[in-house]
Amino acid sequence: MPKYDILPTVETIGDDRTMVLNMGPQHPSTHGVLRLLLEIDGETIVRIRPDIGYLHTGIEKTYEAKFYQQCVTLADRMDYLAPFTNELGFVLAVEKLLGLEVPPRAVWMRVLLNELTRINSHLVWLGTHAMDIGALTVFLYCFREREELLKIFEAVGGQRMFNSYFRVGGLAMDAPLGWFERVRGFLKTFPEKVDEYEGLLTGNPIWQERTKGVAVISAEDVVLLGGSGPNLRASGIDLDLRRDMPYCGYEKFKFGVPLHKDGDVWARYVVRVQELRESQKICMQALDGMPEGPVKADAPKVVLPDREKMKTQMESLIYHFKIVTEGFTVPAGEVYQAVESPRGELGFYIVSDGTAKPYRVHVRAPSFANLTMLPTMCEGRLIADVVAAIGSIDIVLGDVDR
Amino acid sequence: MPLEPAITDIELLKDRPAVAKMLSWRPEALHAAKWDRNELTLWVDRHALRETCQALKDDPSTSFNFLSDVTCVDWFPSEPRFEVVYSLLSFARKDRVRLKVRLDGADGVIDSLTPIWPGANPFEREVFDLFGIRFQGHPFLRRIMMPDDWSGHPLRKDYPVEGYR
Repeated sequence: MPKYDILPTVETIGDDRTMVLNMGPQHPSTHGVLRLLLEIDGETIVRIRPDIGYLHTGIEKTYEAKFYQQCVTLADRMDYLAPFTNELGFVLAVEKLLGLEVPPRAVWMRVLLNELTRINSHLVWLGTHAMDIGALTVFLYCFREREELLKIFEAVGGQRMFNSYFRVGGLAMDAPLGWFERVRGFLKTFPEKVDEYEGLLTGNPIWQERTKGVAVISAEDVVLLGGSGPNLRASGIDLDLRRDMPYCGYEKFKFGVPLHKDGDVWARYVVRVQELRESQKICMQALDGMPEGPVKADAPKVVLPDREKMKTQMESLIYHFKIVTEGFTVPAGEVYQAVESPRGELGFYIVSDGTAKPYRVHVRAPSFANLTMLPTMCEGRLIADVVAAIGSIDIVLGDVDR
Repeated sequence: MPLEPAITDIELLKDRPAVAKMLSWRPEALHAAKWDRNELTLWVDRHALRETCQALKDDPSTSFNFLSDVTCVDWFPSEPRFEVVYSLLSFARKDRVRLKVRLDGADGVIDSLTPIWPGANPFEREVFDLFGIRFQGHPFLRRIMMPDDWSGHPLRKDYPVEGYR
């Protein structure tokens, strides 16, 4: 395993046989502003080190100056391909701090949206990953389905990407009329669409050549390097937080956890494509069993009242005014809430000092930890494989740098 | 699920595998323990951190084989100022434990966990960058988020959120 002890630059390598190649920060296949420093011997990589921080916006610091209800919007902006998952992690952590129970309809809606987000995120991954390797058509197919998903998100949350639809204590509002039918319509045809993607890639000999046996990482190395999510399962470790440490009612759903033992780009592809199918099943269960009832907890000091009540009842108006101007206080304490994001273990560590603003929020970003695996995957291999490896880890730079 | 008061008595927590392991292995290294909101927190002696992690990782009764997270909390202006926080996860037992080490503001130095988990590398660099904690034995302790020539550590509480320092 590489020791990660230098950043290869012209000054540090001091070897005439090798040269330094700078890849990024502006490079189409790095999916954002990732800079890679490569020390190469011909076409072979001797060392590869990621240099990150180009997208660092100090979100953890900003959290400390915001009320809890304002923080939800910041969570969206980290992993911008899976905003609902980030919101879910944050609101679950705050609800754990408060000891607040959420009504069942809100829980099921959260699961439904969380799985639709996973589909959305995996579609972007599949499209861009295939495009990096040279299969352009898949990208257009994936974004066709993603467009419908973004419209579904827009219908429910008002925005295509940074939805901010989850609230501490439930959801912002109930889903609009006809929304569930629209989701069902999308989900019904979705398995055929996955067959279409697989038809383009799985049996394709060029795709297999570019992915099988490339960027292999063993199960032990993934665990030591802190890799999680599909990367972990593609190396043969059977761990899915949704099933093994359930949160947000996931214990009520039946789904499989796809596994592969090879730990190469191909394995990660197979695992994620299977996850698309499993997520579709979870969504269907959520739609079929969607309970009736309120989507906000009965906690007037935390949850904003309905508009109608606010205009007719004095009590509600006072609570509304107090929450908006002063925020709501959270009992002192600390929690670490981990959720299974499309990229792996997303953890929110929140320390409260009993005021209306968090004392400290730390985000355990899955992409940040997963990126550590890149040198182990790539060293000793060819430059062309780096592009396949980055795509297969599935990083989002907003999540890496925060 | 209304909140229950936190349990801080080590005697009441000795059924927890991590606490039991610490008590049988090296009781003086365990300064305090807390069970709150279904999460276990252990305060560990700063000189015993690396051995504690190794012991918790190797012992089959605890088997905390995965380092989820490394971060830090600044309690400025009280002393000891810093708390470095480690989240460990056991794949086999599906269990978590949080280790905490208290550090003085004037002496923010602690052993690096990179010999045990190479994946601690970027997390420790982040804590170094944003809090100024130094990790002994870290192979490449350089800034990771901020530019190399930056001065100051932004996540410290005496560093303003906006405006000039």
